Amino acid sequence: MLSRIAESLFWIGRYVERADGTARILDVHLERLNHLPMAEQRSVAQELLAVMGARPQSEEFGLNELLNALAYDKHSATSIAGSLGAARENARRARETVSSGLWESLNTTYYGLNQHRKDVVGTYRFCNWVLERTAMVSGLADTTVSHDESWLFLVLGRSLERADMTARMLSTRDVLSAGMSWVNMLRCAGAYESFLRTRRAAFGDQHAAEFLLLDRLFPRSIVYALRDADDCLAKLDPSAQRVGFINDARRIVGQARTFLEFHRTDDLMSELPEHMERVQKAVSQASDAISRKYFNQADELAWVGEVS
Amino acid sequence: MSDLFQDYAAAAGRTEAYDEMFTREQEARSSYGQVSGALRELSLADVTARADSMARTFLDRGVTFDFAGEERPFPLDIVPRVIPAEEWTVLERGVAQRVRALEAFLNDVYDKMTVVADGVIPRQLVTTSAHFHRAVHGFEPAGGVRVHISGIDVIRDAAGTFRVLEDNVRVPSGVSYVLENRRAMAKGLPEAFGQQLIRPVEEYPRRLLSALRKTAPSGVDDPTVVVLTPGVFNSAYFEHTLLAGLMGVELVEGRDLICRGNRVYMRTTAGEQRVDVIYKRIDDEFLDPLQFRADSMLGCPGLVNAARAGGVTIANAVGNGVADDKLVYSYVPELIRYYLNEEPVIANVDTFRLEEKEAREHVLDRLDELVVKPVDGSGGKGLVIGPDASRDELEALRKRIIADPRGWIAQPVLQLSTVPTLSGDKFGPRHVDLRPFAVNDGDDVWVLPGGLTRVALKEGSLIVNSSQGGGSKDTWVLADSPQVPVEALPRQSIAVRERVSVWPVESNWRDRQSEQQQQ
Repeated sequence: MLSRIAESLFWIGRYVERADGTARILDVHLERLNHLPMAEQRSVAQELLAVMGARPQSEEFGLNELLNALAYDKHSATSIAGSLGAARENARRARETVSSGLWESLNTTYYGLNQHRKDVVGTYRFCNWVLERTAMVSGLADTTVSHDESWLFLVLGRSLERADMTARMLSTRDVLSAGMSWVNMLRCAGAYESFLRTRRAAFGDQHAAEFLLLDRLFPRSIVYALRDADDCLAKLDPSAQRVGFINDARRIVGQARTFLEFHRTDDLMSELPEHMERVQKAVSQASDAISRKYFNQADELAWVGEVS
Repeated sequence: MSDLFQDYAAAAGRTEAYDEMFTREQEARSSYGQVSGALRELSLADVTARADSMARTFLDRGVTFDFAGEERPFPLDIVPRVIPAEEWTVLERGVAQRVRALEAFLNDVYDKMTVVADGVIPRQLVTTSAHFHRAVHGFEPAGGVRVHISGIDVIRDAAGTFRVLEDNVRVPSGVSYVLENRRAMAKGLPEAFGQQLIRPVEEYPRRLLSALRKTAPSGVDDPTVVVLTPGVFNSAYFEHTLLAGLMGVELVEGRDLICRGNRVYMRTTAGEQRVDVIYKRIDDEFLDPLQFRADSMLGCPGLVNAARAGGVTIANAVGNGVADDKLVYSYVPELIRYYLNEEPVIANVDTFRLEEKEAREHVLDRLDELVVKPVDGSGGKGLVIGPDASRDELEALRKRIIADPRGWIAQPVLQLSTVPTLSGDKFGPRHVDLRPFAVNDGDDVWVLPGGLTRVALKEGSLIVNSSQGGGSKDTWVLADSPQVPVEALPRQSIAVRERVSVWPVESNWRDRQSEQQQQ
């Protein structure tokens, strides 16, 4: 298939998952933020933005600016609206290869972005709506696109982004260090009920972090997401069956996953920030490696200049 | 105050009741400062939009109760009920005290009955209670607790004093709405949460689970807890699923359980698994066809014997109904003095015992001024409010009282306190009660800060039961010091980390941005 199309699909997967994760984080943390006094609200808002990988534009950055930065700003790849807009743009460029169901659901989502009140109460609704739409997009991608190469690229993007998002959810623990932070972490990932069912009476930061990091059966855990990504990479490049890997991305993803899976520790919590950094780095390196291997013809032909 | 409260003073003037939010001079009480500030900023459109959104959320989440065979969202009003810290301290103490007394009473009643021998309470009263179960007489339940979970209904009378209206120590329900209401309110009226310390409710499921595990039969290391539900058609089924889910335990029906050798097992895909603690959400009568109703399909034969042999803990214990019999209720202040050697912290509502000849005659003369209740009813069933009843109803009631004086009690009509409640396009005073929940783990009685505030949605109505057109309010207990856990603890600010991880974007994201702006 065309590299350009593959790249678009990969990024559709990533952007949709990014919107989904951001909506989840925003929904849960907004509730906490609201309970804080003004001054704290401001510093927490800035910290939350930092976890999401952006820097406040000014000192005046508070709750409303956070809502704009994470939910409504169409010109930023950090925000929900920006991600969903970019996903739709990618789908438009690959329209002939994606199913009409997938394209239409992305397009409808794009046009629905503006139909929400941008205050706190409206944002709760917005987040819910985004979760519904992204679930629909992934569902349609899984059920209406043949599970061939193109679908694999989409799932690859989704899995990598999911690992990255879960790492960010875990990082939000630093931001709201007081109170029931682990409940929030789990709620972000939609993992609260699953966690309670597996862990019975064992509650606490340590167990919750372990669950989101290492659980082999919960689909949003980092280990699970990395394994998904690994599976996709293996199917995309079946050449290295017997010995070694010639594929950088597989090496990076596999190493990151096995490092977590086989790591033994007595104090996971103190190591957590390091793990998170490692995971985020691995995801971005893997993403680069994938671009180099599968998408990157643009650089070599750069002297031609972009025609479109 | 905005026009939403325009007619409030007039409406409040029509009743003698104590208003939780406003003083007689129509000034907001200090505990309501934050709430009234938040409401003042809102217009009618805002308020209705938020109320609609909250109702939608409830329907989506399945926070419903069963009304005449139909699932309805439990109406949640947007104005919370706020209890200041100093009032709560008293309530908390009073509720815990009552639970300890009832626990002692039940232990006694199913054992030596010293309370009868010492003449505190007539033997006949205990033995004629419909919920006095001889099948559970003469043994101490495994774990030693009988009233694990209780809901003590309190009301505030016209003078502003809290009084206990009734005790629920069988299967108190409603705690799921407390948990859901808080979640919905955090999203529906976020402005009001900001500057004050509100004590959280979300630890309830963990408290409950740890109490249940603590009271497991001795010798069990890692007890298995289950919630026993009558099934999906029960009106409180939503609550059963929520509690089981939040505790992370199985929700079982009677047919999932088997008793063998005085042990209880549940059927699982991995074979039979021993059950140590059953949080029972079905009525005693249906629990065990061997002991109670033989036609019951909801329970599991052998449970009572297993409990008697100490092989399983049933929470709440079988036979607790004798303690929330409304005639026993009238003796609770004496029971507190007898067992605990303390004075009751919260008073009862004055109650006429209709078995006593003088009281009965007095009541029969004034039926149209009193509230008459069946002693074993719950959910407001069978209750007759004298001033609202027709002549025929009162006549029928009179006959029933004469035929069965043990079956009824009478109380004066109380003006329950009021809280502003959205009705149509403005706020009006509506009567409320309060059901604080207590969890007893054998060593300590923990009272959930707050509880379920039920509200009668019809103006002037005093019946708050959901089955009869009642709704609910979120109940906020204010914290007086940052020592107690609150919704948001003050925190140490951490510096924004220097290293900011940057979002990866596709290689031509920037180009595309400029391209789009040109378009």
